[in-house]
Amino acid sequence: MSNKVIKTVGAIARFRGTGHLLEAATRMQESGYKKYDCHSPFPIHGLDKAMGLKRSSLGWLVGLAAIIGTTGALALQWWTASIDYPLVISGKPLFSYQAFVPVTFAIGVLLSAFTALIGMLAFNGLPRFNHPVFNSDQFKGVSDDLFFISVEVNDPQFDETRTIQFLESIGGTNCELLQENEE
Amino acid sequence: MKFDSQTYLLTDKGRFGNITLVMGIIGLMLSIAAWLIDSEQFYHSYLTSFVFWITIALGGLFFVMLHHLVNANWSVVIRRFGESLMMTIPFMAILFIPIIFGIRELFDWSDAELVASDHLLQGKAGYLNIPFFIIRTLIYFIIWTGLALTLNRLSMKQNISANFEQIKKMRIISALGMILFGFTLTFASFDWLMSLDAHWYSTIFGVYIFSGSFLAMLSLTTFIIIRLQNYGVLTEAITKEHYHDLGKLIFAFIIFWGYMAFSQYFLIWYGNIPEETIWFLHRWEGSWKIVSLIIVFGHFVIPFFVLFPQGAKRNKIVMTIMTLWILLMHWVDIYWLVMPSLHPHEIHPTWINPAAFFGIGGIFLYIFWRFFTRHPLVPINDPNLKKSIDFIS
Repeated sequence: MSNKVIKTVGAIARFRGTGHLLEAATRMQESGYKKYDCHSPFPIHGLDKAMGLKRSSLGWLVGLAAIIGTTGALALQWWTASIDYPLVISGKPLFSYQAFVPVTFAIGVLLSAFTALIGMLAFNGLPRFNHPVFNSDQFKGVSDDLFFISVEVNDPQFDETRTIQFLESIGGTNCELLQENEE
Repeated sequence: MKFDSQTYLLTDKGRFGNITLVMGIIGLMLSIAAWLIDSEQFYHSYLTSFVFWITIALGGLFFVMLHHLVNANWSVVIRRFGESLMMTIPFMAILFIPIIFGIRELFDWSDAELVASDHLLQGKAGYLNIPFFIIRTLIYFIIWTGLALTLNRLSMKQNISANFEQIKKMRIISALGMILFGFTLTFASFDWLMSLDAHWYSTIFGVYIFSGSFLAMLSLTTFIIIRLQNYGVLTEAITKEHYHDLGKLIFAFIIFWGYMAFSQYFLIWYGNIPEETIWFLHRWEGSWKIVSLIIVFGHFVIPFFVLFPQGAKRNKIVMTIMTLWILLMHWVDIYWLVMPSLHPHEIHPTWINPAAFFGIGGIFLYIFWRFFTRHPLVPINDPNLKKSIDFIS
């Protein structure tokens, strides 16, 4: 017990509602904080804009997956049906693209959907077991009726006293440092 | 055109009403001349244009019923467009009368001699005969008119005093109306379009017509909104967010139309039964092949890729061009359904097509404009109006 070191991993402040959270997020962005996040019980329209978040590049990845999926599926059907094992079915040409459309479409959709799900999880750094914000007791209220902004310690501007002061200056209440025990 | 953004009323309605009325009258007069010159061509052109405009009116009816049924918030500011479009239905019933006179020239099944020598048509004679055809058309128009008038009356009551009883009533009517709409539109498309080639049948045909119908309605609505906003009308109520959602719906229904068109073709191609494939074979002959390819690329491939990016749906110029393009393609689609029964081998462009198109279209748009400008341009007392204006896509 005695050789435990308490380490600061971030700071957290509570805000009163969506309006305050949006305002505070804008101030956070203006003041140059990079590693911060807003937490609310429900999605808030315009929060991404207030935080200055860029559009996710996931769309491009999904688009690429769709192209690979459709061309791959079409190529597979073409190769199996007309090169590797040619089989005349109901007198139609070997490469009957009409018949290949449903499978091409389905595999294109399947691969894009998987890419979208797995890519989304990967971009969000999920799955993970725990996050320092859960060390705060008040943070439980985020799934009910409370709004928070958290700042991570690896933000270049992070300073234990100044960050707390700043969070208070933009209207945050119940400001506290997030701490973690380290062996 | 002058607009009062407090009361949402048009204080100066501009010249649009007069222009469309004149256009309609000239078009219909030219159509009468066309009837004297070449009655068969006239009836086919008239049917093409009639179906083009009635499908837009029915798309409006569908939009309003869908809006009430799902208690939509975003579309409250757009509801009046759907309501005014559906209010043209009773007038479209009057414009259907020439088609009744043209049954003998339009539909092979009305020819008693031909039916007597055709075993297949004899089997269908119980359904495809002139009295029953007229009765069915009458039923369709009674149902559509009933739905349109009731929904419009309740919606207009909202302007005076709004209460939740009206909303509840509109929702119940819409729920029942949806079922009736599904049946009537399916059978109307069977009667008016599919029976042009009485041997041919496709069970998906009604859904195919519906997908084009709602797509054309959304395109016309978006186009009118963009034009009105250029005159400073509804600029605060309808925002980019609404364009984005209309664009998304248009995009979705382009895909839905493509899905239906392909499904119809695919099953017939796979089954390879002569009496089914002949229909597509006719449309793959001579210059009809070009029209078929224009529809595949113009009605699906090009709009799909153009409207794919988010930015395109929020861009007024792109949306102006694409909505007009889709309306043109909707007309080409119906032309492609109707005309091969008159000119089976080659397309036959004639001035009678635009005459009928602008004749019916002028009257249609005039009636739309009259209903649209008579009241506030949005449902001012609807409890969801504020949510709709503040809506973010």
